[in-house]
Amino acid sequence: MKFAQAWSLGKQAVSDNEKTENMSVNPNTFVQTYIAEAHALLQEMEGILLKLENDPHDADSIDALFRAAHTIKGSAGMFNLDPIVEFTHIVEDVLVRVRDGNVEIVADLLAVLLDSCDYILHLVEVVAEQGEQLDEVAHAREAGLRKRLQVYRADDHAVEADSQATRDKIASKAVPSAAGKGSEVSSDNWHISLRFGQNILREGLDPLYMIRYLSSLGDIVSITTLPDAMPEAAEMDAEAFYLGFEIDLKSAAKKETIADVFEFVLDGSLIHILPPHSKTTEYVELIRSLPEDEIRVGEILVATGALTRQELQDSLSAQQHSVHSDGSTTLIGEILIEQGSVKQEVLQAALDKQAQAKDRKSNESRFIRVQTDKLDELISLVGELVTAGAGANLLAHRSNNTPLKEATSVMCGLVEEIRDSSLNLRMVQIGETFKHFQRVVRDVGRELGKEIDLIITGGESELDKTLIEKISDPLMHLVRNAIDHGIESAETRKAAGKPAKGTIRFNAYHDSSSIEIEVSDDGAGLNRDRILQKARERGLIPVGVTPSDQEIYNLIFEAGFSTAEVVTNLSGRGVGMDVVSRNIASLRGSVHLDSVPGSGTTVRIRLPLTLAIIDGFRVGVGKSSYVVPLDMVLECIELTEAERQETHERNYLNLRGEVLPYVLLREHFEIEGAGARRENVVVVQYGGQKAGLVVDELMGEFQIVIKPLGKIFSNLRGIDGSTILGSGEVALILDVPSLVQMAIARESQLVSRH
Amino acid sequence: MTIYTAAALKKELMEHLTEPCEREIDLSEVSKMDSAGIQLLIMAKRETTRHKTPLRLIGHSLAVLEIFNTYNMAAYFSDPVSLS
Repeated sequence: MKFAQAWSLGKQAVSDNEKTENMSVNPNTFVQTYIAEAHALLQEMEGILLKLENDPHDADSIDALFRAAHTIKGSAGMFNLDPIVEFTHIVEDVLVRVRDGNVEIVADLLAVLLDSCDYILHLVEVVAEQGEQLDEVAHAREAGLRKRLQVYRADDHAVEADSQATRDKIASKAVPSAAGKGSEVSSDNWHISLRFGQNILREGLDPLYMIRYLSSLGDIVSITTLPDAMPEAAEMDAEAFYLGFEIDLKSAAKKETIADVFEFVLDGSLIHILPPHSKTTEYVELIRSLPEDEIRVGEILVATGALTRQELQDSLSAQQHSVHSDGSTTLIGEILIEQGSVKQEVLQAALDKQAQAKDRKSNESRFIRVQTDKLDELISLVGELVTAGAGANLLAHRSNNTPLKEATSVMCGLVEEIRDSSLNLRMVQIGETFKHFQRVVRDVGRELGKEIDLIITGGESELDKTLIEKISDPLMHLVRNAIDHGIESAETRKAAGKPAKGTIRFNAYHDSSSIEIEVSDDGAGLNRDRILQKARERGLIPVGVTPSDQEIYNLIFEAGFSTAEVVTNLSGRGVGMDVVSRNIASLRGSVHLDSVPGSGTTVRIRLPLTLAIIDGFRVGVGKSSYVVPLDMVLECIELTEAERQETHERNYLNLRGEVLPYVLLREHFEIEGAGARRENVVVVQYGGQKAGLVVDELMGEFQIVIKPLGKIFSNLRGIDGSTILGSGEVALILDVPSLVQMAIARESQLVSRH
Repeated sequence: MTIYTAAALKKELMEHLTEPCEREIDLSEVSKMDSAGIQLLIMAKRETTRHKTPLRLIGHSLAVLEIFNTYNMAAYFSDPVSLS
């Protein structure tokens, strides 16, 4: 079976290669596939292990765990990655014992297995990816892990050797045993002999399922189905049951557990369960009680390894049945053909193959693996297409040629769809990223002696893959902060009347064309006074000024700001929150923090869904064009001369009874020349705050491909990037969040001055 | 091929089993098979062996392979199991 699986994996790799053959043949393709697969499998294993922590008896998970380890080992063998094979083999061994119920799942075992997963990942990185040898540190690590794993497979070697020997037992154990009455047989398998009542199928029971269930209790070493009881075709009743079974089971289960399998079988059935090392006399009794010919049954027992030939002969002769023994040679020949192990292997291979083909087919039809480079190339081409499309559209509109105009407008519609769907290709569910943190929460929580649950919601929200990669580190900071500073120790929590177990929540949801990610904890909340005190010490806030709570909380995003009394190796050194905030700002996102003393802190990260192409709203100031991301534009209103005069001093205007602070872009960007006679206000919104941008001209909406600005411009406030218009002109993309902040800051300054 | 269809299937099988010719049973469409189902195949095999008229099982579906595996009956029928 192991062979078959490895073999078909090999086939898969080969067929993968065949597919790519026409494009480019990379000798590393196989290994690359293996590495990607191993990464995915290890991640899966980690997930399962964490799940098992809560539900240690989930048989499906244990099976999946074993399969994953087995596949990692099997495929590593194909590439001669011996260090991986050797170590994973040990892990697999332990998992077999877990699966068979020989080892209980305890916290320590899970910890070892998690560490082993980490180590296998390291092996994959070093041995498979870099093709290097392991260093001393790794060897020491492996030795440590091997030692810890050994505990769980301590008495395993004996059993393992045994299972391999089972098949050859007929030959190898033909050593005369202490013959005679009452001696024990050498086989350490259970022997189960089943003859069911004919009505069992009509009762709604099918022995098939009992036998399948039996195989979950242990390893069915052999099974012989005896159709002897079935009458001639004419008399045979299709709804009656005639088959008998002789089963050898290797299992650590108790007799009651095995007997329970057949609990519902009614009277009229003969069920014999002989424990390992039963007395030969018990076997003799069994043989005699069965309806079939004694010699036939005896031969089956020998063939399946329940009895050695010597034991059979001894016991039967002891019972004065040696008369029959002359016919036995022919019989055993027949049985061996029936049991032909070659056939059985072929069958097993066929079964495995079919099951795998089925799995693979369903997977293949749902996913294909594409290199991100190819996707990026596609998206950049789509970007060019958008620009070119806009150019064509512009020319068409100037030409006064109506059919041309129509044609280009249809084309632009299609380009828009292509843009959306190609950007969608890069969208990845954020849930996977969240799941990584399960491990972090567990490990860090344990290190600090805190019990913490991680609750994930909204994991299906999608986000551009490049963004997901970049958001991972900031999220890690936030989680560590929440565990270290947010969640209190169990005693403190109990004293505060909260459950001893802390909770960290991850939530994500889409909001217009942004995604909002929340990381919240139910800990103590931020210490407002302490932050204020620290801020005063550092001179961030002048004495006598009392900022709002929100402003105080936002101080923790300042560089080097830490209120932690104890610097742990996790957090508290004052680097962190400012890095988080800077990283997120570089992704055109923003961070907000809410905190309620005593009941927790919530950090909200708002990010655009993609970095590449956006719908923009083009405005003109003087001769320059600017672009406002369309999803932030609420409305456009005209700024009359009268209003302008009236509001010039205070920089805010009355929008249907609301105060709307505004920024004069002409002033802000120091554009020369007098303002146009008519000015417009573009009302923009970001993060729940509104502001107005005063511009000369409104030029309509269109798609823009964002081109980042060079480093020289990184200090420019209010500019986020640039884009090339269809006409070939360059337009600057406005950084709405910072403009909104600026307008509001100026407004509050003005207000406090008055 | 389950207990629910066994009686009807047996009747159908019996009609075909008596004629002295080679026969094949295509199992590729079998989506479910239980003990009653495999018993029918055993019966058919035994009957044809007795009359010395070959019976071949072909196109074993996954359901068939699974029960053959559980009952270890592949050798009994001794038909080649396709690896496709």
